[in-house]
Amino acid sequence: MKARVFITLKPGVLDPQGKAIHHALEGLGFAGVEDVRAGKLIELDLADGTEDSAIEDMCRKLLANTVIENFRIERPENAGSSAGR
Amino acid sequence: MKTAVIVFPGSNCDRDLAVALEQVTGAKPAMVWHRETELPDGTDFIGIPGGFSYGDYLRSGAMAARSPVMGAVRNAAARGVPVIGICNGFQVLTEAGLLPGALMRNAGLSFVCRSVRLRVENSQSLFTSQYQNGETVSLPVAHHDGNYQADADTLDRLEGEGRVALRYLDACNGSSRDIAGILNDSGNVLGLMPHPERAFEPAHGATDGRRMFEGLLESVV
Repeated sequence: MKARVFITLKPGVLDPQGKAIHHALEGLGFAGVEDVRAGKLIELDLADGTEDSAIEDMCRKLLANTVIENFRIERPENAGSSAGR
Repeated sequence: MKTAVIVFPGSNCDRDLAVALEQVTGAKPAMVWHRETELPDGTDFIGIPGGFSYGDYLRSGAMAARSPVMGAVRNAAARGVPVIGICNGFQVLTEAGLLPGALMRNAGLSFVCRSVRLRVENSQSLFTSQYQNGETVSLPVAHHDGNYQADADTLDRLEGEGRVALRYLDACNGSSRDIAGILNDSGNVLGLMPHPERAFEPAHGATDGRRMFEGLLESVV
């Protein structure tokens, strides 16, 4: 059973990497890019029956730094996405 | 004074810090490996050194903050044992929740490695008692993730409670309000990006960092 955790910077937190990517895209001539935010994707291979709450716990305790980051958990087999904050 | 330096895989300023502590206290610090679950009995000062613990995987300091030894560090800090986290050590302390805020990628995206001028904002702390309030000191920085960020309420609280210990006069990483070093609410935990242990003796080219260790010795003994 797989789960994907998307970690993104909270809105308002300056993202220097996103900014650099944005500038690079403009440098390559891609017009119309309004903003870029970079984040992380972490794929978890989990034992069957792992609860959503356990994954949220992993996010809060390690995978995301909730001072600056939000997380969103996606479990493809579970008919789409679920909890996050 | 019994000191301890925590060593993580990837720490690289642990020996510099040990030399500084030994010179000031006259005794070699215990070098405590991250897998330990206890600190030597009677430890009355803990240093968390600079470096690239766990290769900066996930986030700088994230893995180290969850390593076994940090439970002992957390308990000691709660008892009032002074803890200094330098550079990666500062990142570890924020990741461990012992200090508020977070250290993000430098705003200019570049690794900065140079001497910067700093203002001592609080000379009343355990760590800064040998400095004057408002004094300008020069210390080296060497980091990629030193951009201190916290929400406005936290920043206001830090400022209001005199917990901003050091502020950059030469902005180098985009930190909110040019914050270079902060104290916890009881004043016994200091995290800072600049390296006082690298400005310790004349051969380093600057000695402004030495008084941080000397002040500590006076406060603790």
